[in-house]
Amino acid sequence: MSMKLKDTLLEPIFNNNPIALQILGICSALAVTSSLQVTLVMCVALTTVVAFSNTAVSLIRKQIPNSIRIIVQMTVIASLVILVDQILKAYAYDTSKQLSVFVGLIITNCIVMGRAEAFAMKHGPKDSFFDGIGNGLGYSVILIGLAVVRELFGAGKLMGIEILQTVNNGGWYVPNGMLLLPPSAFFLIGLFIWAIRTWKPAQVEEDEFKITSNSKVPLAQQEA
Amino acid sequence: MEHFISLIIRAVFVENMALAFFLGMCTFLAVSKKVEAAIGLGVAVIVVLTITVPVNNLIYTYLLKDGALAWAGYPDVDLSFLGLLSYIGVIAALVQILEMFLDKYVPALYNALGVFLPLITVNCAIMGASLFMVEREYNFGESVAYGFGAGLGWALAIAALAGIREKLKYSDVPNGLKGLGITFITVGLMSLGFMSFGGIDI
Repeated sequence: MSMKLKDTLLEPIFNNNPIALQILGICSALAVTSSLQVTLVMCVALTTVVAFSNTAVSLIRKQIPNSIRIIVQMTVIASLVILVDQILKAYAYDTSKQLSVFVGLIITNCIVMGRAEAFAMKHGPKDSFFDGIGNGLGYSVILIGLAVVRELFGAGKLMGIEILQTVNNGGWYVPNGMLLLPPSAFFLIGLFIWAIRTWKPAQVEEDEFKITSNSKVPLAQQEA
Repeated sequence: MEHFISLIIRAVFVENMALAFFLGMCTFLAVSKKVEAAIGLGVAVIVVLTITVPVNNLIYTYLLKDGALAWAGYPDVDLSFLGLLSYIGVIAALVQILEMFLDKYVPALYNALGVFLPLITVNCAIMGASLFMVEREYNFGESVAYGFGAGLGWALAIAALAGIREKLKYSDVPNGLKGLGITFITVGLMSLGFMSFGGIDI
């Protein structure tokens, strides 16, 4: 694999993460992370859709008239999502019930739209495919991280198998129920972003205003 | 009537689109820096939701549902797998029509909404509301109430967040949390607040 392809694939995972930096695809992501199994299904579904929609859009990018490109992209994406939805209903009915509307919401997931618009319209099918996989993985990394924390500490389980034995079952662990509720996902993502940006300070956003200290100390003295 | 009011209250507070289901998050975070813009977008979302949810309800009931085509002489046809494609088509088309209508007849509102109007097509809250409507099997009247309530809840949430963020920019936030990070934590706190409405039934 050439260097450039590798970059296209690995760049979105930490350096240009769709959720933490591009603010894409947060919509349908958070609600599914209270259980690891559901999250994994969601990640696979999204990665597949992004990769193939990117390839398809990139293949027909020279034929699409500019004025109706959004509708064309939407149709491609919606058809792929219908495919994924039908497959899930046929082979993993319980999980598809748990995901409820969120499979359908992959259509309006900004990652899919955003990558089709920003990358696939300008690059060849091979690059676009790997860009899709990369962005899908970047999304999956955050989601799986969230799901592990939420399920392990919220219910003491992972993939439905008990890891920390809870008090109710005669063990020692008192589960933190709040982690299963929606607000915890926001806190965790906030902390996740904090961690990534401490690791990679280049991603820190600039302030609109600088805070000056209350007491007016002359500059020379401050530095001393 | 009471049934509808209870449905609206539930959609606004208990099942708030943005804070309980995380729908429309991308726009929610991106456009909540200024209160005015946030309110403009909120109003646009209310209008679009109040129209699209009932329209999608009609399409689902009379065209797509299992046996819905009985009036056309095809009682065995089940087109519900085409749902996703038709809902997004309806949403995109309605947003486009609304845009042209406002441009022609209410230019003031059109200018105020500006770029947000076309963005609404990809707002997951709109699509989400239609999907919830199908999943919960609302009838036409209920879907009007639900669409309006869901829109109002979303508008309320984004206006409140914009208000908080306008104040927040004067505060001293740790480097890594600046911008997106602290916004997420703020939204988390708001979401906790909204959870206290849970269990209210009128």
